[in-house]
Amino acid sequence: MTTVEKTKAAPRQRSDVILNYLRPKKKFPNVWCAGCGNGIVMSAIVRAIDKLGLSKDEIVMVSGIGCTSRMPIYLDFNALHTTHGRALPFATGVKFAQPHLKVIVVTGDGDALAIGGNHFIHACRRNIDITAILVNNYIYGMTGGQGSPTTPTAAFSTTTPYGNVEKHFDPCKLAEAAGASYVARATVYHAPQLEKAILQAVDHRGFSFVEVISNCHTYFGRLNRRGDAVSMLKEYKERSVTSARAKRMSPEELVDKYVIGTLYEDDKTEFCDEYQKVVDAQMGEK
Amino acid sequence: MTESKAEQKSASEKKGKSKYDYSNGPPPLNINLAWCKACNICIALCPTQVFEPDRDGKPVLARSEDCNQCAICWIHCPDFAITSNYK
Amino acid sequence: MVDTQRKLLLGNLACVHGAIYAGMRFFAGYPITPSTEVAEGCSRELPRIGGRFIQMEDEIGSIGAVVGASVSGLKAMTATSGPGYSLMVENIGYAYMTETPCVIINVQRGGPSTGLPTKGSQSDTMQARWGPHGDYTAIAVAPSTVGDTVTETIRAFNLAERFRTPVTILLDEVISHQREMISLPRPGEHQVVDRVKPTASPEEFEPFAHTARGVSPMPAYGEGYRYVITGLTHDAMGFTTNRPDEIKQKLDKLRNKILNFKSEITKLRIEMMDDAEIAFVSYGSVSRAVLLAVALARNAGVKVGMIQLYTVWPFPDDELRDYLAGCHKVIVPELNMGQIVREVGRVLPPDTEIHSLLRYDGEILTPMQLLEKLEEVM
Repeated sequence: MTTVEKTKAAPRQRSDVILNYLRPKKKFPNVWCAGCGNGIVMSAIVRAIDKLGLSKDEIVMVSGIGCTSRMPIYLDFNALHTTHGRALPFATGVKFAQPHLKVIVVTGDGDALAIGGNHFIHACRRNIDITAILVNNYIYGMTGGQGSPTTPTAAFSTTTPYGNVEKHFDPCKLAEAAGASYVARATVYHAPQLEKAILQAVDHRGFSFVEVISNCHTYFGRLNRRGDAVSMLKEYKERSVTSARAKRMSPEELVDKYVIGTLYEDDKTEFCDEYQKVVDAQMGEK
Repeated sequence: MTESKAEQKSASEKKGKSKYDYSNGPPPLNINLAWCKACNICIALCPTQVFEPDRDGKPVLARSEDCNQCAICWIHCPDFAITSNYK
Repeated sequence: MVDTQRKLLLGNLACVHGAIYAGMRFFAGYPITPSTEVAEGCSRELPRIGGRFIQMEDEIGSIGAVVGASVSGLKAMTATSGPGYSLMVENIGYAYMTETPCVIINVQRGGPSTGLPTKGSQSDTMQARWGPHGDYTAIAVAPSTVGDTVTETIRAFNLAERFRTPVTILLDEVISHQREMISLPRPGEHQVVDRVKPTASPEEFEPFAHTARGVSPMPAYGEGYRYVITGLTHDAMGFTTNRPDEIKQKLDKLRNKILNFKSEITKLRIEMMDDAEIAFVSYGSVSRAVLLAVALARNAGVKVGMIQLYTVWPFPDDELRDYLAGCHKVIVPELNMGQIVREVGRVLPPDTEIHSLLRYDGEILTPMQLLEKLEEVM
């Protein structure tokens, strides 16, 4: 298997790095709204991958349907843009078929937690070596602003016009409870920490989950009077507390806060590794 | 939302005190106006107010000498429209 | 000396043997009667040959994993029954749009809904053609014995690889849970077809370009070709398109790549048709009863013949018209409320008498029932 690592002239500077990872022949600027957090996440993913020195050919980016799911098309990796909610089973097939590949799933709050909820908990449970980056903008952006499983109670959306009566998931707690072995949260305001969380997640062997708090100022922001992209980013800055600090805070103090940083990590056995042991044992018996 | 007073104070202290001397070299940053969507993030987040918006809302280097190469602008740009000549 | 290639084999396990022979090395599935033995067989056999088996959380996940494994580079399959196939159709449609080879075994049972888990039917015949939404052209094959379950499974994989498409194997509970003494194919006895790999450089590679053979070459992940696979309607590069000309081009490709090469796909069994005045047209397990009924009727001097469809989709319009040109009466026995009979009616001249013989009470059509119908029709 050859790795064809075509780069344009080596970047002059680190900030040029992202340009080397954009898909050739794809038109830019990207399709996202001006100021959309998805672009910030994409930039962080590229910088993390560059720092890890991974080969483009061995990275497979898998997504479902939604604004975030458009991301793989823009990057010069293997791109698999699948059906709504189903990125994780496709990713499981890709990874399990060729375990040396680095599989990164990018998904949204609706894609991963509503229609994709079942696949989400099982991917966590298997602890398969896939990185899932969930860009949580608390809304269904692509389809025009409907509520999602993370839309806060009382918030407005086009399907909760009188205020959301439902409660919402904490995706990180869900991931940890279901068996993920690395769980982190970041926001698009905290771009350096976001890059670091992604780097650690991709590097970690096992199911790694990163929730990224991100701005959909076009729908969530407008319907809930959160202002433009800048004001939403500044809100994330105000409302974030590190996990270390959060441990010293009471539940009441934490009510409207985003706890960011590495939230959980362990080294439990990974699915492909364990299956390989079965294969080795069965083939050894010949 | 407004910056806190502490941030306003340190920003004014930082003006004109960038450790980079851009007078003999390329400007601190390159802005790809074709890709920029005028989202205002770089302009608003820059700690030393290097940018001013042009007529379309896109950033112009108004105070190059204050650019500290902190990277906040280009790591936050959602359209990869800013790169640095020094980092 | 024991002939180690003779085996008393369960129908479901015949699929496993055929698939492994054809190069299948990835199975993802979910238990559902009467297909579960396919999954269980794969769970035992695949680790022994370095393959991969996974029981997914549901059927939708199963077909998703199968498509993922296929684009990654392995020959992959799943097995299910009616309710599971219904769940899978969205992702099967994704495989149609992305031109991903894969094999889906549908061991049909009584429907609709939960229906009759332990009784066979042929009531998913139309679903194999029209299950997913949208415009695409389907390939479906129908074995009728445990022996031809092995060979039709090999053929299904070959068609999937040749045409870069999902292929449905229409089994039914009757064959799947039957045991027959068969000869397993020897290595080299049957051709095994693999997808064509690209020879162009990665810079020049167009993953969905039109070619003379109808399909584009397909690399595996990691071979240096980093392209976009999406379920959105796309151009030759795989990029999403809204342009009317490109949309039409893509959809025409999905149809033409199959219909322009139908001769490579159509497979029939023709018995005693040379001078036949009446013919049975059948597929699947019913064909076994037809074979005996036709033999008995011929003994009694009736000029009857049979056409068995091994390839059910695309429907063999031209062949049927040719073989049935001399027949003024056609009987179509099916274990459903009349599905393939509609296709027969569509292709034959309007003055042909087409008689449907239907059984949909969970039991099989017997040779006696077929002979009674023949008498009634004569």
